[in-house]
Amino acid sequence: MTEQLHQITVTVNGVARRGEVPARRLLADFLRMDLGLTGTHLGCEHGVCGACTLLLDGVPVRSCLIFAVSADGHAVTTVEGCCEAGGELGPVQQAFQDCHGLQCGFCTPGFITTITAYLEENPKPTEEEAREAIGGNLCRCTGYQNIVKAVLRAADLKRERESADE
Amino acid sequence: MNDKLVGQPLVRKEDPRLLRGDGRYLDDLGRGALAAAFVRSPVAHARIAGIDVDEALDVEGLVAIYTHEDLPGRIAEPLPLLIPHPALTHPRTPYCLANGEVNHVGEAVVMVVATDRYVAEDVAERIRVTYEDLPPVVGIDQARAGERLVHQDAPGNVAAHSVQTNGKGDAHDAIASAPHRLALDLHIERSASMPMEGKGVLAHWDPDDRTLRVHSSTQTSTSVRLAVAAKLELPPDRVEVITPDVGGGFGVKIVHPWPEEILVPWAAMTLGQDVKWVEDRREHFTSSAHERAQRQHVEVGFDAAGRLLGLSVEIWHDNGAYVPYGIIVPIVTSTQLLGPYKVGAYRVEFTSLYTNTVIVTPYRGAGRPQGVFAMERTMDAIAEYLGTDRLAVREANLIQPEEMPYDQGLVFQDGRPLIYDSGDYPTMLRMIRDLVGWDGFEAERAAAAAEGRRIGIGIGAYVEGTGMGPYEGAHVKVETTGEVVVSTGLTTQGQGHYTSLAQIAADVLGVGVGDVTVITGDTRRFKYAVGTFASRAIVTSGNAVAIAAGKVAQKAKRIAAAALGDGISPEDLELVDGRVRRRADPATAIDLRTVAVLSNPLRYAFDEETKAATQFAAATGTGDEPGLEATGYYMPERSTFAAGAHGVVVETDPETADIRILRYCVVHDCGVVVNPRIVEGQVHGGVAQGIGGALYERIVYDDAGQLVNASYMDFLIPFATEVPHIQTAHMVTASGLNPLGLKGAGEAGVIPTSAAVASAIEDAEGLAVRRMPISPSELYELRKAQQARKEQVSA
Repeated sequence: MTEQLHQITVTVNGVARRGEVPARRLLADFLRMDLGLTGTHLGCEHGVCGACTLLLDGVPVRSCLIFAVSADGHAVTTVEGCCEAGGELGPVQQAFQDCHGLQCGFCTPGFITTITAYLEENPKPTEEEAREAIGGNLCRCTGYQNIVKAVLRAADLKRERESADE
Repeated sequence: MNDKLVGQPLVRKEDPRLLRGDGRYLDDLGRGALAAAFVRSPVAHARIAGIDVDEALDVEGLVAIYTHEDLPGRIAEPLPLLIPHPALTHPRTPYCLANGEVNHVGEAVVMVVATDRYVAEDVAERIRVTYEDLPPVVGIDQARAGERLVHQDAPGNVAAHSVQTNGKGDAHDAIASAPHRLALDLHIERSASMPMEGKGVLAHWDPDDRTLRVHSSTQTSTSVRLAVAAKLELPPDRVEVITPDVGGGFGVKIVHPWPEEILVPWAAMTLGQDVKWVEDRREHFTSSAHERAQRQHVEVGFDAAGRLLGLSVEIWHDNGAYVPYGIIVPIVTSTQLLGPYKVGAYRVEFTSLYTNTVIVTPYRGAGRPQGVFAMERTMDAIAEYLGTDRLAVREANLIQPEEMPYDQGLVFQDGRPLIYDSGDYPTMLRMIRDLVGWDGFEAERAAAAAEGRRIGIGIGAYVEGTGMGPYEGAHVKVETTGEVVVSTGLTTQGQGHYTSLAQIAADVLGVGVGDVTVITGDTRRFKYAVGTFASRAIVTSGNAVAIAAGKVAQKAKRIAAAALGDGISPEDLELVDGRVRRRADPATAIDLRTVAVLSNPLRYAFDEETKAATQFAAATGTGDEPGLEATGYYMPERSTFAAGAHGVVVETDPETADIRILRYCVVHDCGVVVNPRIVEGQVHGGVAQGIGGALYERIVYDDAGQLVNASYMDFLIPFATEVPHIQTAHMVTASGLNPLGLKGAGEAGVIPTSAAVASAIEDAEGLAVRRMPISPSELYELRKAQQARKEQVSA
């Protein structure tokens, strides 16, 4: 049997990308296998660990639980799209380096995307809110303390950069 | 003058790449490679009666199906026993693909290769394997009973049996004649390393060059290379193994060769195409490795001050279905159990038992958490018996700084004597006492009680052998651009070696950390290494980098002295700020990169730089080999011993028995610290895993040997909401065993956590905690049992 292919167009990090995919291809696999965007990682493939989190129309979703065809016509932001326009580290990425918020780096893309979306919703979180905000992502290396710090630092950096732009 | 970089909390050089999504983990490589998937045993113990592939053959995209019958030569033989030991009398290792019998759920039976993983899984699910069930052996009790056998030729399910004594008299006599005696039965359950990235292998065979290139998510690329060469019967020089970015290891990836590390390269050679296998999460649960499960029986004799006079420990260790990694875990438990204490006469006996479950190999801590649990439970039990302070009992037994080096009279896991090289344990306990607020705790408890809240405080201390041999090496080279390239054979899984090793090299060579590029785990660059495990990388590789860089510095001085002329000798020179300069007259200097140019005398000039090195211009003549580079090795005489103490305050809910950590404090001593930011991160991560092991994580098998919680839904790794803020304090007692004074730090955080949390729960509840991890429902049951005992007594 030959698998039927479906034409899809997904706006990935601001660029319209076309693809022909089988109906069962996961969005994560479409990004990784078809587009070569390997920054999105798969840690469990059952929606718990959050490593594969990306933003679908700005909202964090698990890309291991969505078919690529379901993203047809939608906009996706991956960790690669969380950099500044000039290619330098975005505020959340920079905060992770500043605070040693990553060790092996495998879960990190899911945190970066989750926190990027969260800071749009809550630009000035308390420490407790920061911890709650990352409460849906697993990290096996850091013990989370420095990631909590990074959320707070990212909020500061984001505000600084935004006020510098104004 | 450069400020010394060793000791500075620098941000990590590797981060920007990883943060942009530019990391390259195993599954990010080999786009377009064929994909492998495995049919794995759904039963714990069975004979394979037949394998039917008929239904699978029509799947479009199928490339190959392999069973044990298809494997040639040494690939068809059992996998190697990596660490033989005289006590390991009945070693059994698995086959790459099951040979007629399966011994745990998840054991590989059939390998499928197809155009992509989706298709490979389609094929795998159409293959019918017929199993004839055999009675499974599950859990330590059933293994000890020996009525059912995992391997018919391993009677009593015993893989290994060992007795060690410390040469300080007969422990049983010492206990029998002691003023006071206690006995404890303890139990630790199964857990697992569970890195966020599972294992994975990509293989490329170049038929023209007859070279095999293997990428593997491993903790030891050099050893995988030799193992693959041996199994595939290739000259080692035809095999390259590269470790890309690794998404965590925590021990499980030190085991090698995994069946897939042999099968995937063999398939690539056989098929003449690249083949890749990436482990999925369920596979990781059921076919990699677990750890921790032990039963212990402790007998102790002590005096009125709580001083240990005799200690006897019996350990029953569940090693799973096979022992490819030997019996390192129970050896570590039996030796590191002693912690910072003098124990009088010590006898430890362990029996390592087969069960029809996933293999057991080191997971961060590697047997130490169990040993520390035994010792610290014993300390608390003595304090309870004598009615004295738990810290006072510990203090009465501590090895004193002036007793260092202290010989514990045992043989450690590296085959060397267990001699603590340095440490200040009394200061360590004083620091944790202050940090956790031990002395003021009764007031805190009373205040909480007044609000109807129940809190308790606990403590756990440990000593950890780190930085064991046999050796690590490094190659250091100064390029003509001034870039310093450091290559080391060991791998990295998030420990920040690209930064910490750069700090060490930069100090020796007088350059900035940004000038240094570190390469790890690539056998094309460095072939001799042992691996990254047992908190050894910074000690062994760090010192090797310092030694190699030192040789480069000496060579640079010789060449620079010759080039500067004027009677200057190498001893007059120093390396500072990227220059080799005269100490007495810093203006007399030559750039290190120019020295690199001069170090390679050329016949042909191909740019402005190399003009200076042509035979008519260069004036070196030091007799050195070309290239400003050197190789260095560090071979430790024996392990160096780090130490630490944790203090924790818990609250237990009087109604729901929910257990919450209110305060977690760590005092940590890993000798000279290269990068405090990285060490702190290692401690945090270890504690989080320790808390997982104390309160949440356990691998659960049912009576049939089914692993019932093989997913992240059911195996409860703590989220940020379960891990408390961790307060740390550091002390430094340098190691005298290595030039940099380093001790390892990778495993520390996880080691005393279960012991400390158990201690705090006991304190809050006034009942004995003898089994970890502990859930709220188990605590509730303990309360009920204690209540029933009390009622019985009063009746």
